[in-house]
Amino acid sequence: MIDVIGINKRFNNKDVLIDVSATFKPGLVNMVIGKSGSGKTVLLKSLVGLHEVDSGVINFDSRDFTQLKHKDRTEIRKEVGMLFQGGALFDSATIEENVMYPLDMFTNLSRADKLKRANFCLDRVNLTGVNNLFPSEISGGMQKRAAIARAIALNPKYLFCDEPNSGLDPQTSIVIDNLIDEITREYGITTVVNTHDLNSVLSISDNVVFIHEGQSWWNGTKEELLKTDDDVINSFLYSSEIMKRLRKYNQ
Amino acid sequence: MNLLFHLGRYFVFVGKIFSKPEKHGIWFKQFAKEVYKLGVSSAGIIALVSLFIGAAITIQMAYNITSPLVPNYVISLTTRDTMLLEFSSTIICLVLAGKVGSSIASEIGTMRVTEQIDALEIMGINSSAFLVSPKVFAFVFFIPFLVIISMFVGIGGGWLSSFLTDALTVQDYTQGIQLFFIPYYVTYSVLKSIVFAFIIVSISAYQGYYVTGGALEVGRASTRAVVYSSVLVLLFDLILTQLLLS
Ligand SMILES: Nc1ncnc2c1ncn2[C@@H]1O[C@H](COP(=O)(O)OP(=O)(O)OP(=O)(O)O)[C@@H](O)[C@H]1O
Ligand SMILES: [Mg+2]
Repeated sequence: MIDVIGINKRFNNKDVLIDVSATFKPGLVNMVIGKSGSGKTVLLKSLVGLHEVDSGVINFDSRDFTQLKHKDRTEIRKEVGMLFQGGALFDSATIEENVMYPLDMFTNLSRADKLKRANFCLDRVNLTGVNNLFPSEISGGMQKRAAIARAIALNPKYLFCDEPNSGLDPQTSIVIDNLIDEITREYGITTVVNTHDLNSVLSISDNVVFIHEGQSWWNGTKEELLKTDDDVINSFLYSSEIMKRLRKYNQ
Repeated sequence: MNLLFHLGRYFVFVGKIFSKPEKHGIWFKQFAKEVYKLGVSSAGIIALVSLFIGAAITIQMAYNITSPLVPNYVISLTTRDTMLLEFSSTIICLVLAGKVGSSIASEIGTMRVTEQIDALEIMGINSSAFLVSPKVFAFVFFIPFLVIISMFVGIGGGWLSSFLTDALTVQDYTQGIQLFFIPYYVTYSVLKSIVFAFIIVSISAYQGYYVTGGALEVGRASTRAVVYSSVLVLLFDLILTQLLLS
């Protein structure tokens, strides 16, 4: 479980996170939604110290990350798998090497075992036959999937995904969503997903945190989300044609 | 204030380069790759530049020394000492600051803006040490070879010009390069180049590592890497010459 209590973060006199609190439970898909620029990526990166928060507490199963020394942070980071908004594959390494990277660094498995694990992960994300290609040689969606494979290579306890569906077609999005959903439940992972894809929210989220202008504005389940009469949320939810029609249909 | 900030951050950054690598096997693999990428692949351009400059210096010396009182072998002797003392270390390192410095800054800078460095950090890898230390050690290790190559090829270039032009005879040239040879000049040059190599890699890596923004900033960082490391190479040339030769 990850407990975020009242974190603040400012960049050059601009408050990006203001007193943000949230609880992310294990075995559940926790989603962070909000407009572009609302602070989702900064929140996710702050959780693991890629941005240093100015104040507040971040408890990883009651270990306060903000108070830990570099060495102890490293221990937690080894339990974290992270999918970055842009994929962040190492472009001087092949797809296979990318996925094997964490295994090379942190396990003493034989090469054959590492390869087996890498292929297993690539298989999970429906990515076969690209082992020896470089990231620049595959499509954006394939890069995303390879990045997910890399993030799950070490069986993380915490999985953070920043916009896993951006740039993917609806069908592939669903494949990715299901994948995140499955591994979260299967391994009891504490999963946090940033998204503005409402379809993902409605299909796999268990818990939703709505971020508005750097504040944790609202949180609840997807059912509660659809029923809320909060104007800010409703204008976010029902900005797309498809959602408008859905609402009309429901009424 | 700003200078102090960068200075402080630079020294902390350099401190991290010398921390123990996470996995020795992986470190050596990276080291070998960098020796090739930064060192071996620079040998061609170094040889080319040295050949031409060696030839040009010889012709210029011959052109300048016209007095019948000065023997012709002085021409090649001067060519040799110019190469040994200054050209094969300082000028070669300026050329390398352009080639190696910009490539390091843009490589690391791109990794920064595409979140690859964040990805390393998140895996619990000390990214500055992991990325930079193989580069520093590889380049410092290989630079003496480049310097020696430059010395030989440069002096060879002078020989070629004595052979191809009538600036002086081949006999005079070969006689001159053997006279009053001071081996310490080579040591001095190699020592200088090791310091220069460290400056080039660490400054360029620092510039790349702390890029924020996008492709435009990466380009700027790589320009800064070349300018700053060149200026520092020149500054340290002065300091080291004072220390080592006087
Ligand atoms: N390193 C930084 N330095 C300064 N400001 C930053 C930095 N990173 C983010 N910001 C600012 O913080 C705000 C929130 O950015 P963030 O990337 O978290 O948005 P987001 O919710 O992830 O948006 P999107 O959905 O477009 O990815 C933005 O206004 C951005 O300009
Ligand atoms: Mg974002």
